[in-house]
Amino acid sequence: MSVAPAPRSAKKKSARPGGTLYRGNTGMWSWVLHRITGVAIFFFLLVHILDTALIRVSPEAYNAVIGTYKNPIMGLGEVGLVGAIIFHALNGLRIILIDFWGKGVKYQRLMFWIVVGVWVVLMAGFVPRHLINVFSEVGN
Amino acid sequence: MAAATQTLTAADAFTITLIIRRFLPDVDDEARWESFDVSVYSTDRILDALHKIKWEQDGTLSFRRSCAHGICGSDAMRINGRNRLACKTLIKDLDITQPIYVEAIKGLPLEKDLIVDMEPFFEAFRAVKPFLIANSTPEAGKERTQSVAQRAIFDDTTKCILCAACTTSCPVFWTDGQYFGPAAIVNAHRFIFDSRDDAADVRLDILNDKEGVWRCRTTFNCTEACPRGIEVTKAIAEVKQAVLRGKR
Repeated sequence: MSVAPAPRSAKKKSARPGGTLYRGNTGMWSWVLHRITGVAIFFFLLVHILDTALIRVSPEAYNAVIGTYKNPIMGLGEVGLVGAIIFHALNGLRIILIDFWGKGVKYQRLMFWIVVGVWVVLMAGFVPRHLINVFSEVGN
Repeated sequence: MAAATQTLTAADAFTITLIIRRFLPDVDDEARWESFDVSVYSTDRILDALHKIKWEQDGTLSFRRSCAHGICGSDAMRINGRNRLACKTLIKDLDITQPIYVEAIKGLPLEKDLIVDMEPFFEAFRAVKPFLIANSTPEAGKERTQSVAQRAIFDDTTKCILCAACTTSCPVFWTDGQYFGPAAIVNAHRFIFDSRDDAADVRLDILNDKEGVWRCRTTFNCTEACPRGIEVTKAIAEVKQAVLRGKR
């Protein structure tokens, strides 16, 4: 016979008040990433339309606002933006294939890793070049 | 043979820790985690461990089970964060060096311990008319015939046991209880693609709803949760295509 039940653990209770996190696979996490990048891109576009609209207020106001973007923090933010857009675009193609290509459902996991692979290749090309530009302008 | 079995079972008994999400509505205001140590064999299932706890340690532990052999679909629960049938999850397939977390399936109202209110689930199931609707009558003394190829089209979705493992693994269902859910769509698929059935249009119309097949975000949680190995997401994709084409 086994030992008596262990006392209730207050630590564990507080650690997972709503239950454990569902341990979904690549399909679930690609969906979570797709949502997060989608919302992030939406807010970027909102700001982007607003700052571009400033050109109609006055060219000086537009230049002033765009000028404030020229710093390393925004430069790193651009890395995140490009990463989000590339993932959202590639995973969007994967979802279209799942919905409309007969074998898409079968190859969904392989297609996810292809998305990740292409994302890594594109980012490897973009990030070093971009960061050189961003940080070479810091001193100027 | 008998001696071999005896040494095997005697040598294999070991203690595992189950951390179960308890909720006794008469006592608890909210669910809490409770830990149990239980002696099991590697050939035991999670259901056997739950039985041992209920019979030997704490009789208040409540869970559903009927056949205990993966047919009735009563004991779907979340085991280590994934929806599984307790009667089909072998201890040896889990990492027993860590405690095993067991909790009720998610997205349906919690009633007691591992028991949830299944009514919203069955309501969605009934809504898709999961029964044969045929306008024709077969010849006297004959049955409705169907070729092997015609049967094969919906063979996968006939396996459903309505355990709700798929529907309660769906992130869309967790946040939007109005969504029909994978299980209802699987059972609609079973009749939509049945050559003997004449009401595919009716069911496609029901599922071409804001809360119908279009809520599916292809997370594939349902396919991975299904204890019967049904390719649920594929079935949903086929229903989506049938809705677009306007026929099966």
